[in-house]
Amino acid sequence: MKEKNPGTEENKGSSRRTFFKQSSAIAALALTPVSIVKASEKGLDEKIASAFEKMPLRVEINSKAYSLEVEPRVTLLDLLREQLHLTGTKKGCDHGQCGACTVHVDGRRVNSCLTLAVTTEGKKVITIEGLAKGEELHPVQQAFIQFDGFQCGYCTPGQIMSAVCCIREGHANDPDQVREFMSGNICRCGAYSNIVDAVMHAKKGGQQI
Amino acid sequence: MGQFFEDPLDRVDGRLKVTGAARYFAEYDLPDMTFAVMATSAITRGKILTIDTKSAERAPGVLDVLTYLNMPSIPGWQSDPSKPAPQAALGGERYRVLGSDQILFNGQPIALVVADSLERAQYAASLIKATYQKASFETDLEKNKDKGQTVRGPRGADYNRGDANAYKTAAVQLEQEYTIPIETHNPMELHGIIASWKGNDSITVYAKTQGVKSTQQSLMNAFKLDQKNVQVFSEFVGGGFGMALRTWPQEILVAAAAKKIGRPVKLVMSRDQMFTMVGYRPFSIQQIKLGSTKEGQLTGLVHEALSQTSSYEDFAEGTVNMSKFMYACDNVATKYRIVPLDIGVPIWMRGPGEATGAFALETAMDEMAYKLNMDPIALRLKNYTETDPERNRPYSSKYVKEAYQLGAEKIGWFKRNPAPRSMKDGEWLVGYGMSSGVFNASRGEANCRAVVKDDGTLLLQSAASDIGPGTGTAMVQIAHEVLGYPVDKISFELGNSTFPPAPSQGGSTTTSTVGSAVHIACSSLKNKIVNLLLEKGGSDYAGKTAADFTFSDGNVRAGNVSVSIASLLKQQNLPALEVTENSKAGPDQQKYSMYSFSIHFAEVRVHPKTGVVRVKRVVTVADSGKIISPKTAASQMIGGVTGGIGMALMEESVIDHRYGRFINNNFADYHVPVSADIPHIDTIFIDKPDPVINPMGAKGMGEIALIGFAAAVGNAVYHATGKRIRELPITPDKLIE
Ligand code: FES
Ligand code: FES
Repeated sequence: MKEKNPGTEENKGSSRRTFFKQSSAIAALALTPVSIVKASEKGLDEKIASAFEKMPLRVEINSKAYSLEVEPRVTLLDLLREQLHLTGTKKGCDHGQCGACTVHVDGRRVNSCLTLAVTTEGKKVITIEGLAKGEELHPVQQAFIQFDGFQCGYCTPGQIMSAVCCIREGHANDPDQVREFMSGNICRCGAYSNIVDAVMHAKKGGQQI
Repeated sequence: MGQFFEDPLDRVDGRLKVTGAARYFAEYDLPDMTFAVMATSAITRGKILTIDTKSAERAPGVLDVLTYLNMPSIPGWQSDPSKPAPQAALGGERYRVLGSDQILFNGQPIALVVADSLERAQYAASLIKATYQKASFETDLEKNKDKGQTVRGPRGADYNRGDANAYKTAAVQLEQEYTIPIETHNPMELHGIIASWKGNDSITVYAKTQGVKSTQQSLMNAFKLDQKNVQVFSEFVGGGFGMALRTWPQEILVAAAAKKIGRPVKLVMSRDQMFTMVGYRPFSIQQIKLGSTKEGQLTGLVHEALSQTSSYEDFAEGTVNMSKFMYACDNVATKYRIVPLDIGVPIWMRGPGEATGAFALETAMDEMAYKLNMDPIALRLKNYTETDPERNRPYSSKYVKEAYQLGAEKIGWFKRNPAPRSMKDGEWLVGYGMSSGVFNASRGEANCRAVVKDDGTLLLQSAASDIGPGTGTAMVQIAHEVLGYPVDKISFELGNSTFPPAPSQGGSTTTSTVGSAVHIACSSLKNKIVNLLLEKGGSDYAGKTAADFTFSDGNVRAGNVSVSIASLLKQQNLPALEVTENSKAGPDQQKYSMYSFSIHFAEVRVHPKTGVVRVKRVVTVADSGKIISPKTAASQMIGGVTGGIGMALMEESVIDHRYGRFINNNFADYHVPVSADIPHIDTIFIDKPDPVINPMGAKGMGEIALIGFAAAVGNAVYHATGKRIRELPITPDKLIE
């Protein structure tokens, strides 16, 4: 994130510098190019300081390689939504309680709100934007449309990402099993019975899921 | 209009929703975006003594910290000496966000931090420290039952028909109390807003709202702006269920912050804040008193409801309405009171008060049926009425008898053993229950712009909303029926305040109201096209009249001559033909009472040792007029049932009254139904057009899907166990033996 308002630099300086005095020499020196440390110790630029707090992250998202700098506290969900503008992945609770943020990391369904972005270093992330093959929808996406497995659509990307894994895991053998293994994804509009029908249909369709 | 069922239309925005391309308010990326996070009060009532924002201000990336000490003044909140002062709330308070040091409820915002990234705003907000002077408070309705106040205005008046005391002398009497806790809408999408100013007098917001025009009006009022300088966009809304029917104070706060710092500000509230700041279904306590002859004729009905509101704003809803007109009974009295408490103000939650009231009335009817040793459907039929006894008018349409029958057949109602606790499935007790729901059907005023273009498309625009039911899908279907364009050539655009005005999406009126405007606009385009052909179409159309023209597949035909509307426009050198039409109800509507009805059936299993209730099967029948879009209509019904199962079995926002704080303000502790809780749901539509309400004959269904459903579950639990639970939710502890 860029600094846009120089008017507040003054305020921030002191805490920033204190941080560097205390910690830069100890922990950060080993990780950081000498030029940056020097610049920051001279109390130079907030931009540099902010870069200093970030960690490199190389991750593949929807088959595209990203080389990023992110703060360690940034969740995968917020990285996707706020920095990469991949907003198909939704935030419903930010606490791992609703499943709206479900994405695939190395083929497993995870709650991206509970996943710090830096932990995906070297991994493959698939979001709802990466599920279709170009114009051709994934069979689960197609089934959601056919069975009207949604209303407002806000839980839908999470439901679909979850459903794809549910089928791949072998947890979609009958409607009751789908109900159980899809219960981490809340749909407040109450589309569950259609979602179960959609998942069973996609599973039975025999297409590559 | 005969083709509605032939080809159920998929949701027109389905593709956008399954690919993640549908954009909700928080997903618009404006240049120079900033992020807001609120810090909130840790006490329930009192005042802020000190508020320390220094470390927050000094935290990296922070652009501003607003508190009551530096909150910009909101022009619309200043009292206008030329106008009479607004009436104070019954609770005597007034709430302005960051307006003073006063704390009126727990979780009230005390500061807004704006920073250049979300994480920085979150961190800085955590650094805000306040000290308070605490005052005593009341958050418990059950402890304040005696403080009920009459709601002002005609809607708050007590209702009396015949003798209020008649039930006391009836052969069979019933007097019971029913309690429903606070329930929280909790749409999946978090609430919030993006506000962006151009200069000092022009604002654009991306909002989560059920009404772009109402949000526009709120912003115009707050900042004293011209309509043309306030733009509201809200194309996709991730559920609302009523909570987005108003502009909440924190939205105005964000707009004020954006103005102050001169950059766009985005606020996305946290889930716990969704419990305190954007309304809820109020806690309610209801009394039903019924009197009946031995044969089941109701001779007296009294319905009294007590409900909570905030100290700073009165909130009232139609909790006792259904009792006035659902059953034939000569002696009916209703009373409705509210108690101001130290908590945020409630707002309509799906089905709103009517759902609250229906739980009480429809449970009491079931209790009465058992007292009389009558079938619950037979009791309802005995008291069936073809005219509205409240207003002495016929119903515009009512197919409830048919609905009882269809639903009963489908679930196997008459095959059950009606004796309580008589049916078993292995270890599980089996129970069947039924109930009814009803909600006002109406047609409001709306406008629609319709444009046919020379590329063969039809564009419709109206400032309507879609919080999930599938507004666009229904509108496309209506336009297709009227103008015969293929559905994939029709687009309906909504959620934009610059479009022709339409009302908010609430009270199950969108299909009726906006649908009528679409219908009229398309009919008017049809006339334009016919006139164009009659005037300029040449010899092919000589001697033809309007009645000779038919429309299908984007073509217009008269006799043997058919021409595509697109090529007609090209021939005539017209890039487009366009109309904007206004639609409102005719005077005829005053002669009828218009309602949508639902009849619900539930089959449950109750485990006698653990008290676990599982809903095994559901049949729900809707008498909501002509069904415009069968697929999305069925989804609305199953969604309402799912909400009803939540209301019946699990939903309860719990306040620790020692502190006035919600203790289950998250999705792990506030239980909503998940997939494992929801069985297959059969939806049945009567699907007969209402002859009065609008050109399509469609009544609404968003509310009736939920109204009454909780009673069907409770009645089934009684049938299974012989235990009557009158306090929702029906959790295992209430059933365990
Ligand atoms: S947002 Fe991640 S589980 Fe709810
Ligand atoms: S479709 Fe609205 S929450 Fe699932």
